[in-house]
Amino acid sequence: MHEMSLCEGVLQVLEQNARSQGYARVKTVWLEIGGLSGVEPEAMRFSFDVVTRGSLADGAKLEIVALAGEAWCMPCAKTVTVQQRYDACPDCGSYQLQVTAGDEMRIKELEVE
Amino acid sequence: MCTVCGCGEGETRIEGHGHSSDHSHSHSHDHAHEHDHSHHHHGEHTHDYGQGPAHAHAPGLSQSRMVQIEQDILGKNNEYANANRGYFAEHGILALNLVSSPGSGKTTLLTRSIDDLKAELSLAVIEGDQQTANDAERIRATGVKALQINTGKGCHLDAHMVGHALDGLKPEEGSVLFIENVGNLVCPAAFDLGEAHKVAILSVTEGEDKPIKYPDMFHAADLMMLNKTDLLPYVNFDVDKCIEYARRVNPGIKVIQLSATSGEGLDSWYQWIKATRQVSLIGHSALAASA
Repeated sequence: MHEMSLCEGVLQVLEQNARSQGYARVKTVWLEIGGLSGVEPEAMRFSFDVVTRGSLADGAKLEIVALAGEAWCMPCAKTVTVQQRYDACPDCGSYQLQVTAGDEMRIKELEVE
Repeated sequence: MCTVCGCGEGETRIEGHGHSSDHSHSHSHDHAHEHDHSHHHHGEHTHDYGQGPAHAHAPGLSQSRMVQIEQDILGKNNEYANANRGYFAEHGILALNLVSSPGSGKTTLLTRSIDDLKAELSLAVIEGDQQTANDAERIRATGVKALQINTGKGCHLDAHMVGHALDGLKPEEGSVLFIENVGNLVCPAAFDLGEAHKVAILSVTEGEDKPIKYPDMFHAADLMMLNKTDLLPYVNFDVDKCIEYARRVNPGIKVIQLSATSGEGLDSWYQWIKATRQVSLIGHSALAASA
């Protein structure tokens, strides 16, 4: 359940930005979560509701933008899409892959007032 | 709440770190100067709804507006981790983050390693568990400095806890610091503590497919140690298959087979520690001479 800590991290960022960006309430949060980041979106939603209760983001909507996992296949010398870290290259079947994208966990933007 | 850095008390307890007392601990990790402004380059401009937000939603008559912040969720942890990394580099400390599931034999391996290495190397240990200081006491029984972090309900150590622990522990210059993470093959993978390497310990009494069941951890680790090899005759564990699985998620992972009980393979582990320490001391002329 490290999604709970991640949500606490999100709330921290929201609180820190409230002053510099001049908002008092957060209505929607867009997160970019990569398919290989080890984050379970459903657990994230659950934790988000719990963590934000009573805060400036109480009742805020959480929108999760899923990003695909990508890896560089060395034998094919090109970028391929992977679902898991242990996936083989969908084209040549090799495991000589270097993950290049999909471990993102980023707060993209906010709808605030 | 800690007034120095704003950390909440929560459930975390660090030995010798009294939040309620006088805050006399000095924070060697200076977070205020660690901000990487490239993370914030979108932070200065806000999108007025009159200009149309990036996402399709009806602005209506509300005062809502869009703010692009583009910040890493783990950004805060990574700042603390970078501060820890700087501290380790400055003092020539090799920090190893030991991760595994509960019961893989981390603490036994650690006490054995300490007994074998303490004459040669300066050592220190940070122990992470949800509750009890039992493990730190086991380490202290070897005569080496150890500090316990209890994470309470937390499932992993984070860089901030480790930063505080360093204040209390003060490992010696040029020492090897073992950070024994909470027994968990999931969450500690995501949290950088500022260590030089994550070392994953897997015992042969577990399943050989753990590297692909918990791929994030074995991907994050640089070294996998297959522990309890003295039990191989009695268990159904395919060593070759396990190594193959580990290389699928991490083609560069190094593997050492050992038994903390029989002592088999420990030499390779010690050799790896010493070699890694020498590499980390490059550029530290005074300390490197003693390596």
